[in-house]
Amino acid sequence: MTDSLLSVQNLQKHFPITKGMLKRQVGAVKAVDGVSFDVVKGETLGLVGESGCGKTTTGRLITRLIEPTGGKIVFDGHDITHMSQGRIRPLRRDIQMIFQDPYSSLNPRHTVGAIVGAPFRIQGVQTEQGTKKAVQEILELVGLNPEHYNRYPHEFSGGQRQRIGIARTLALKPKLIIADEPVSALDVSIQAQVVNLLEDLQNELDLTYVVIAHDLSVVRHISDRVAVMYLGKIVELADRKSLYESPMHPYTNALLSAVPIPDPKRRKDRERIRLQGDVPSPLNPPPACRFHTRCWKAQEICSQVEPPLLALATGHQVACHFPENAPASGDVAVTGAGAVTAEGALQAGGAGDAAPGEGPAGKGTASAS
Amino acid sequence: MTFLELKDLRIHFPTDDGLVKSVDGLSFSLERGKTLGIVGESGSGKSVTSLGILGLHKGGRARISGEIWLDGEELVSASAEHVRTLRGKKMAMIFQDPLSAMHPFYTVGAQIIEAYRIHHKVSKSVARKHAIEMLDRVGIPQPDRRVDSYPHEFSGGMRQRAMIAMALSCDPELLIADEPTTALDVTVQAQILDLMRDLQRDFNAALIIITHDLGVVAELSDDILVMYAGKAIEYGTSEDIFERPEHPYTWGLLGSMPRLDRERTERLMPIKGTPPSLINVPQGCAFHPRCTYGDRTGGKSTTEVPTLLESEGGHLVRCHLSGDVRRSIWENEIKPNLEAP
Repeated sequence: MTDSLLSVQNLQKHFPITKGMLKRQVGAVKAVDGVSFDVVKGETLGLVGESGCGKTTTGRLITRLIEPTGGKIVFDGHDITHMSQGRIRPLRRDIQMIFQDPYSSLNPRHTVGAIVGAPFRIQGVQTEQGTKKAVQEILELVGLNPEHYNRYPHEFSGGQRQRIGIARTLALKPKLIIADEPVSALDVSIQAQVVNLLEDLQNELDLTYVVIAHDLSVVRHISDRVAVMYLGKIVELADRKSLYESPMHPYTNALLSAVPIPDPKRRKDRERIRLQGDVPSPLNPPPACRFHTRCWKAQEICSQVEPPLLALATGHQVACHFPENAPASGDVAVTGAGAVTAEGALQAGGAGDAAPGEGPAGKGTASAS
Repeated sequence: MTFLELKDLRIHFPTDDGLVKSVDGLSFSLERGKTLGIVGESGSGKSVTSLGILGLHKGGRARISGEIWLDGEELVSASAEHVRTLRGKKMAMIFQDPLSAMHPFYTVGAQIIEAYRIHHKVSKSVARKHAIEMLDRVGIPQPDRRVDSYPHEFSGGMRQRAMIAMALSCDPELLIADEPTTALDVTVQAQILDLMRDLQRDFNAALIIITHDLGVVAELSDDILVMYAGKAIEYGTSEDIFERPEHPYTWGLLGSMPRLDRERTERLMPIKGTPPSLINVPQGCAFHPRCTYGDRTGGKSTTEVPTLLESEGGHLVRCHLSGDVRRSIWENEIKPNLEAP
């Protein structure tokens, strides 16, 4: 990758579990366990997964809000993995974060002007026209009235608060923005406003986004490439089109097929992949392939050998022994009754006009590299 | 006879800042075995309605007027004690957040047993057996062991299943689910939606599902009611709402939502502005400050409150635009933009 702005290699974060007075470590929650990806300048990378998959932790590691256990984070040519607070501070101008909850991420005792102006103060940035003018310009940019400068957060609605948060993020013209569930706390009609705002800002200011979200439709709308996480690992990473049209990992297939579709005519003929049970605890994840306990395609090898995240010629990366939509998917052996029904469901889904995530088997023309 | 019927229900809360008209003249009816989806943004009055039906505003500050008929009985004028005997047995509720809806000090089993024994004169052991059966019915593995677990020992999906078991334990004829899957992950949400669909078929209950997620509504509902600022603004079958929506707010909701089942559109089409405060509901049509088509009503939208009128075959719309204008706007201006070229 020539112009990758952010490069994450084998990133790990293990939260220790301690016991007793001496804080003896008895275990670790492997929240993020070997995640690697690159973010190219100007693109949007979506990180999706269910709760507990480590997507938020990944975001916090990149912004260095928490200290990584292992791996490497390279931002704009600097290795920031273990950079000291003092040395990383100047770089923080360039990496900013949008938080999920616009109620808890704004200090209720500070005015909007103080909140959005804080980055200038902290970084010691002097602007030609003065901080107030600069803040008011940013407020206008995110669709707020510059006269709101002296108001407090409680005077605003949820959507407006999220705009204040975005304004703060943009204050110092960052290069990379990590948005952790930027719209999930908002009402449907407001969500769309904020999604459009994020897109406009990206075009205007040439921003690069890492968007962390659990809503697969929102992620499809704003991302150029999407990484799917499961229990601390990336199981699939591909450009938007191939991930949503010919997903290869069974988990991605299941996720896409679980999304409720707002079309009452579809619900009768739509066959779904149903995963059993919940996501296992990251405290004690299943060995080898972490998805094998819930996977309908799992075979013996899945519980013994961990499938590596392999890149195909098309750039589609997947970590699975028996991927869907693979070049040789016709040859994949199917065993067990559960597997047969699931396979049938897949085919039924593929036949019914383009139900999400279920292209006909073999549609993906990717070849292994 | 209709099983549940609301006639001009109003639930207002006096506050220091003024009167909050959470529900302002709501009427609908529901048959046994049918599912009604109530859709709306936060503050549209959907949850207040459901609590009102269950009689949970009684004794509080709320001012309630109108009528709620449940199986031939009027509930607004009924005493709190009487409604209490119906709650659990005749009607039950599934709450959004199972962790705060269950008592953390008691086992899941104890909470189901308690509900069952209030309405049935049976021994503890019989009730316990019934609780185990219910947990089994909603798909909790090893129900005979799990009955003695505490809520915190369950995962989010299992807790929601246990809540459903509790709600169904007395075989209610009306079940109200308030955002039943909002707190859940998408794969677990799919399991719960399947479960609710199966259970409704088996129990033949009337189901009201309250949510802001149009996808969830489309999965379950026969009929859909769209609420805005305490009023119903559109009502129809789910085909009416998704195929031939006629209210500008419903168009806005559909345009705001990225869809996985369609080609990706370049832009979402959000509704401008924010939902109104329920203390100062805008004059005339409550939606007019956010509506793009208000200027085509000849000024009526800012002065007159529109009435909920039938458009075609039971499809009700509260809008000043004429039916023909609405249908032509939908066909020519809205629908083409919802689909990518």
